Amino acid sequence: METSSNPSVFLLTVNGQIEGANGLEEGITQITSKSTQSHRLIWNFPLEITFKSTNPSGWPQLVVSVYGPDVFGNDVVRGYGATHIPFTPGQHTRTIPMFVPEPTWRLQKFTGWLLGRRPEYTDPKVVAQGEGREVTRVRSQGFVTVSFHIMTKDMKKMGYDTGPSSPSAVQSEAQSYVK
Amino acid sequence: MERMAASSEIREKLRNKRRALQDTLVKNKNEDDIQALVPSARFNVDQQPTAMKEAEGSDEDPGETLRRTFRAQRQRRKKKLLEQSFVQECHDAEDAEEVPNARRHSANEGSADRADDSVVSTRPPTGSQRALSVRSEDSSSSQHLDTYVTRHLQEKLRAARSKGESLQQQEASEVSAEPVSRLQRLKNRDTVTRFDREAEPISAGRQDDPLALRSRVKFREAGRRVVKDLPTAEEAFNFFTFNYEPEPPSQQEGVSRKRQKRRERVKKDKGEDSQEEAEVEEDAEAEEDNQDQNEYQSEDAPLVRNEDDLFAIDHSPQDFVEMRKAEYVAYRKRVQRDRELLFTPSFRTVPTSVKLPENMKPRFLEDEGLYVGERPPVSLTNENILENRILKMAEGNKWFGDDGKVIALPDPIKESSTRPPLFHMEGDLDPALQTVYRKALKSKYANLYIAGAADPEGDYQLDVDVSGLIFSHHPLFSREHVLASRLAQLYDQHLSRQHNNLTGHLTDKLNGLRNALQNMMKIHGEQGSSEALRQRISEYSLEVRNTRQLRDTEQEKDRTLLRSVIKVWKEIKALREFQKFTNTPFKLYLRRENVDRASDERDYEGEILAEVLELEAESEGEYQKKLAEYKKQLEDWKLWRRKQKAKRKKKKKKKKGLAQEDTEEEDQDQDESESEGPFEEGPAKPQPPERPDVDSMEQWVREKASRIRRKPGEAILIPELSASGSITASELCPRAEIARREDVSRRSLFIKILYNDKEVSRTDSRSLSADFRVHFGQIFNLKIINCPHSINLQVFEEVGSSCSLLAQVFVPVPDPSVVTGSAPIEEFEFSSNQRVMFDHEGVGSDVPLSFESDGSNRLTLLTSGKLSCCVSWGIGEEGVPLAPPVSQQPGGTHSGRWHLDAVSYIGASGLYDMKKIGEWATQSRLDPNDPKNTSIMQLLKVASSGEVTAPDYFRLEHLQEEFNFVTDEELERSRRFRLLRLRNQEAPEFRNYKFVPLLEREVSDKVFQDYEKRLKDGEIIDTREHLDPHRALVAKYLQKIRESVINRFILAKHFYQLSDLVTEEEIPSIGGAGSGILGINLFKLAESKRPLKPQRKERKKVTAQNLSDGDIKLLINVIRAHNIPIRKPLGNKPGQSSQSALQGSDWYLSQVQVRPFVEVSFQRTVLQTTTADGPNPSWNEELQLPFSAPNGDYSTSSLQSVKDEVFINIFDEVLYETGPGGKERGTSIHTQIEKHWLGSVKIPFSTVYSQSKIDGAFKVNTPAVLLGYSREHGGSSSVYDQWRSTHGGTFLRLFLTIEPQLVPGESVREKFDSQEDERLLQAAEKFEKEAAQGFPDRPCITTVTDLSGKTVFITRYVRPLNPPQEFLDAFPNNPQEATTLVARFVSLIPSLPDQVSFSGTCDLWSTCDQFLTLLAGDEEEHAVLLCNYFLFLGKRAWLVIGTAIPEGTTVYVLTHEQSGYFIWNPSSGQFYNKDDSFCPLQTVGCLVNADNVWYNVQENPSPLNTNFDITKSNMWKPFFSRSFSHPGLSSVQPEELVYRPIDRAAAAELQDRVEKILKEKIMEWRPRHPTRWNRYCNTTLKQFLPKLEQSRGQDVAEGHRLELQNLLGDYRIAGFPLHLPFSEIRPIIEAVHSTGVHNIHSANVEFALAVYVHPYPNNVLSVWVYLASLVRT
Repeated sequence: METSSNPSVFLLTVNGQIEGANGLEEGITQITSKSTQSHRLIWNFPLEITFKSTNPSGWPQLVVSVYGPDVFGNDVVRGYGATHIPFTPGQHTRTIPMFVPEPTWRLQKFTGWLLGRRPEYTDPKVVAQGEGREVTRVRSQGFVTVSFHIMTKDMKKMGYDTGPSSPSAVQSEAQSYVK
Repeated sequence: MERMAASSEIREKLRNKRRALQDTLVKNKNEDDIQALVPSARFNVDQQPTAMKEAEGSDEDPGETLRRTFRAQRQRRKKKLLEQSFVQECHDAEDAEEVPNARRHSANEGSADRADDSVVSTRPPTGSQRALSVRSEDSSSSQHLDTYVTRHLQEKLRAARSKGESLQQQEASEVSAEPVSRLQRLKNRDTVTRFDREAEPISAGRQDDPLALRSRVKFREAGRRVVKDLPTAEEAFNFFTFNYEPEPPSQQEGVSRKRQKRRERVKKDKGEDSQEEAEVEEDAEAEEDNQDQNEYQSEDAPLVRNEDDLFAIDHSPQDFVEMRKAEYVAYRKRVQRDRELLFTPSFRTVPTSVKLPENMKPRFLEDEGLYVGERPPVSLTNENILENRILKMAEGNKWFGDDGKVIALPDPIKESSTRPPLFHMEGDLDPALQTVYRKALKSKYANLYIAGAADPEGDYQLDVDVSGLIFSHHPLFSREHVLASRLAQLYDQHLSRQHNNLTGHLTDKLNGLRNALQNMMKIHGEQGSSEALRQRISEYSLEVRNTRQLRDTEQEKDRTLLRSVIKVWKEIKALREFQKFTNTPFKLYLRRENVDRASDERDYEGEILAEVLELEAESEGEYQKKLAEYKKQLEDWKLWRRKQKAKRKKKKKKKKGLAQEDTEEEDQDQDESESEGPFEEGPAKPQPPERPDVDSMEQWVREKASRIRRKPGEAILIPELSASGSITASELCPRAEIARREDVSRRSLFIKILYNDKEVSRTDSRSLSADFRVHFGQIFNLKIINCPHSINLQVFEEVGSSCSLLAQVFVPVPDPSVVTGSAPIEEFEFSSNQRVMFDHEGVGSDVPLSFESDGSNRLTLLTSGKLSCCVSWGIGEEGVPLAPPVSQQPGGTHSGRWHLDAVSYIGASGLYDMKKIGEWATQSRLDPNDPKNTSIMQLLKVASSGEVTAPDYFRLEHLQEEFNFVTDEELERSRRFRLLRLRNQEAPEFRNYKFVPLLEREVSDKVFQDYEKRLKDGEIIDTREHLDPHRALVAKYLQKIRESVINRFILAKHFYQLSDLVTEEEIPSIGGAGSGILGINLFKLAESKRPLKPQRKERKKVTAQNLSDGDIKLLINVIRAHNIPIRKPLGNKPGQSSQSALQGSDWYLSQVQVRPFVEVSFQRTVLQTTTADGPNPSWNEELQLPFSAPNGDYSTSSLQSVKDEVFINIFDEVLYETGPGGKERGTSIHTQIEKHWLGSVKIPFSTVYSQSKIDGAFKVNTPAVLLGYSREHGGSSSVYDQWRSTHGGTFLRLFLTIEPQLVPGESVREKFDSQEDERLLQAAEKFEKEAAQGFPDRPCITTVTDLSGKTVFITRYVRPLNPPQEFLDAFPNNPQEATTLVARFVSLIPSLPDQVSFSGTCDLWSTCDQFLTLLAGDEEEHAVLLCNYFLFLGKRAWLVIGTAIPEGTTVYVLTHEQSGYFIWNPSSGQFYNKDDSFCPLQTVGCLVNADNVWYNVQENPSPLNTNFDITKSNMWKPFFSRSFSHPGLSSVQPEELVYRPIDRAAAAELQDRVEKILKEKIMEWRPRHPTRWNRYCNTTLKQFLPKLEQSRGQDVAEGHRLELQNLLGDYRIAGFPLHLPFSEIRPIIEAVHSTGVHNIHSANVEFALAVYVHPYPNNVLSVWVYLASLVRT
């Protein structure tokens, strides 16, 4: 990514039966910039949230949208990506491939670049769903690495065996950085 | 007074002190400079003498001595302070003191100077003569000093009154021998604290403060006390005046003693001279008007401060920090000061002579050839400065070397960095930033130590014998080697086959079987063959057949092997010939064994014969079987055919009659049987089986035999391979081959032994021999502690110094029984897929090579070979195997399986070797009956039989069953799963169902009740709930339409377009209308990103996803109301009322007109405003009503379908005195509050939601008649009010919004299929788009959706339609009356907003006949109908599409008459003049009639300012113009409307029912009070209602009210008629309930209720409810 500073927005999308019980479900991270040594953007932004449910329908997903200024200083979107929150307790690292929607035609691409108005998703939640994605064309743009620390509670009691330990609350802590 | 007397002395003292201070100050400053330059060691040295010097001088003047001492001490302190560097985080007492004192001085000085201006002006401004000037000033300003002293003391004493607790603590902690000094100290400190707080207010003018007196008294007291202790008055006075440390009685001793003490205490006291200086300067600056005075102050201030310093000595370090304003010193001043105080060394180069001792020449070591290193780079200027400075110091010369330069070490900076650089692997994170989580692991091997291995020697020993290595392919193989190794392999294979001699075995077995069979046949042939015998014979023959087949394949294999051996040998020979040298020693000999030709032939023939016979027998048997089958089938077929024939015959007879002859019939039959065959499905005629062809069978057998068997008489060939050949010497070989051989000789190999992935040892490196064998022959004894997990041998190849891993061989951990000596050496195959290529003869690895001349038949060889080694447990001295016990093996928990673990026993590769498995099976004594072992036994069985057969069936999704977590039946049965599935299907009842319970039992059956009921009731119409059967039908119909539309939307919601998902900037169209010009957009680029004056932005809109109950609030700001009906005087006779009105102002003054308040109810929350006074009240109150969405679902679609309405009712609060209370008669008066309903406004939530805010004056829906109230405002005289009151109507100004602002749902794409012309649709879209661009706030509609979901052009809806004939007949001469009647009729059709009924903001337009059938519709349906009626009546009428309050975007009707333009609200039937400012229509978007659509392009869209002349194209933009003419669209409306006649009987029945229901309801709402009905009143009211209907609610009721009051003179009556269009009973009940009439709890209240239903054609009903409460007065 060629940007020097990048705020990123995260959104934990929940549908179905899972309820966000505690924690920030949508927010914005701090702005990061590249270090001189590495071309990575590191947020190390912690995020803690708890869910509860009686049914795994609509398992939560983390949607990350990254924004950063372009050559003219306009904030443009740098990537969207989504991942399901892992359901086994423990530490997980997920590398989310990021992508942006492509403009419909060349001229639009140019004007979009010129005016700093590149195509964006109407709703970042779109990337968490399959529905309607077939009409979009996207270009991949980098990766975001997120590490999760998942704790579950009473999953086994409810009849869901998700992992080695038997501890329906999921707690996740996300930490993200971009490759 | 004492003070006055001593003043001269004081003055003297002061002067001295000031001078002394000045000296010290200057000195200190110089010292400071030096301090800055010299090392700290010098600093102390310099300090001490000063202090000492000053101490000596103390004899002359104690005060001065003290001062000096302290100055010196302070210097020392400062140094200490630097060292301590504020260890304590406390207040700096001294600093705290200094500021106020300085301020005080400035204040005092100001006042003094005013008194004595001349003195001040004469003062010299330069600092050099400061001391002098001070003196002169002092002598001349006695007055000033006097006042100063007084004030100083005053303040100090005042401060003393407010002692802080901290002070007391300090006091307690302080240990002091002298009470006086202590007291003094305390006082002093108090002053300080006081001043901190009051520094500002104290000014020069406060001298005459009344406080002064008090403080003076106090001071005197304090003074007296001091005097007691200290005999000398002068001393005491000094002390008090100057805040000095008290002076001891005997000066000499006291001073010295005190000095000692002070010195100790003062150590804590931290002050910085420079800071003081700054303070002083600041103060000086503070009075810039008196410029001259500055000097004086700056001199004066330090003096006073120093006084304070003395007393601050004892302050604890806690006071050392001070809060103060930022300071500023004028630059000029600072420069001047700096120049005085600072020493600035010169920049100029110092001549060398100065730096060197006299008469010495500079000596350059460099020139003398000595190494001096490089001096660190210092700029010349700096160097000069340094030198100049050093020279100023004592012994400055010692810093210079012989060459006249400052002595310096060589530059210490190294050229290269000494710190090791940090390397980052590309793609890796900075290790400092990467956080890697590692789960806590139990050390794998920690508890895997073999028991008893605590003994370090270890009892266990593993012997690894690495004997050697043979390559079956190596990159360095020459072609010959490749062939040779192949030959060797084939030969090996041959040998092993020979050894096994399977063919022989099988032949024997076959012979045996044949014999047995023959015997059986022979023995039992004569006797009748029994069933069992036949069975056995067939079994035997089957066995014979199988065995024969096996033998044949084996024989064939033998033969092919032999052939290939010979072939490869021939190839080798050809190759050797071709390349003219030999590389391999292999030689193949073929030994011929001649056989007896005759016997051989006989055998051969016999064999063939036997086989043929067997085959014959087999085929015969098969044939018989088939024949039998055929016969059976034939029987069946014949039977079927006969049946067919019979059928056909019957048919034919019918058809042709009996004329036909039999023969013909037969023919026909034949034909038909052929022709009908395909038609009628029947069994095909079976084919008789072919007889087996014996001749061909023999032929086949012979062919086969010649292919797989040695020809009779042919010699038996036995190949023998020997390695006895000679290899051509290197010298004779071509160069490429020499290179290869050299390469081979360079290579060497070694083997690493890894135990549990740790390298434990490695073999010696052995060179590769020419035959690609390596012999190691090394045995390693591994003493082990850990359990063996893996033994890995890694083969490494070494070329020169580099070595590479060729392959890894995993050796199984041996069984404990495998001990050294007994264990055979095993060969483990290995291979590597490295690609190697050479430019010499070596064939390489993973490189295709071909032996054919044309390059075909390529084959790719990989490096591979066999490693022969042996791993076994060592044997101890006594022959005990040094193997760990079995239970200690890994996986000790299932040690039982250890034996069974075939993989660990024979290794993974061994699994393919059936022999090994067999061996293992026998060794481990597998239980063949154990079900666990069935599969392996099966495998062994198959293996032993020599053929592995795969199952001949195939299973698709063979894991499907495992993934079914419940059976289908259970899935069906479970309530919970059903709930989940229904939710997933989005069944309306469960669409947003949130919390599906976890357990089955928690799902109650009730959940499904509604759903099931709906399913069941789908067809049944329940007429009971509805009073009118027709309306019940309509409701059902609507419900169905709604469902279908919702389903359509749910479907449509799942089809996305790119624009739904991606927001993309439009391409700026060049030259397009409005802001779309590219240039403008480019111009935007130049705009500053953060303008200084930012534009106001919209409130942030909240997407509804994160909301929960209580987050959303409905804000209602009730601002004011106009024209509220006022109360009429009570109980008056009609004559009196007019009389009182005439009485004029004092009646109005005394009488309360009306006390209205507003009550807002929404979603069961009721809030009300305060009560205001008068008919035009102003509340201006904000009410917050919580909003909760249905089902807790805050999605857009859910919010859109919220049907709740905001009810805003205006009530009049009426107070009645009911006279003195019962018990406390005479002491209290009871007042009863009644609220009388005056009117209401209803606003649907959906409007608020879609508009996001509503602001405006709402016309209050007031009843036509309000008993006890009148609308006339006698008192008001203004013309406007008059006009408005005549105009009628109460208006309420409201502001409604939702907090936080929600994003209104986007309108659903109405892209339905359409029968319109595509061109028209495109034009419509373009028209709408342009309109939206030009005026985004003006609605423009050209296409609408009809009830079937098709897009229809809007003009098709407009067509003149006939109103009911009754209306036309009613007023044949008065078209105006007819018009209003028609409008009333339309308004009586109930309104049902589409948006609510059809979730999603799609507007459905029904045609007029549909509308009249449904009897419910939105504004547009009303408007279309009204417009069509008007057109029929011959008016010029248009539909107006615009925005109105509270509807939002809506449709009104515009008519043009002689008197002007009128705007009709179709839902209420009211009309407004175009110029009426109270018209609810706010903007006019477009006009529609049957021919065209005009879009309003005028500047101001309000109807007031709109010109409705549509012919003006600069004001109205037509849709159809000359360029795009009207294509002649036909109307969708019917030609004529047919109305059902008026049904009076039904209306009467409904009337009774409604009345009954309402009465019941009112009684139900008053559960604790009896509800009495005034019958007389009821009937009277009932008579009024038809009149009201006739007058259409116009206020004609004055008469009847009078009548009523005449009749019920004794009652206080409050009542009103309600009027509603009839749709259902529920809205009527709600309307009655909202008026709150039932809430009157007066004991003697009576009620009156009358209902009247007026029928109109087509079952349109107008409902009147007259409601009154009567209280007997």
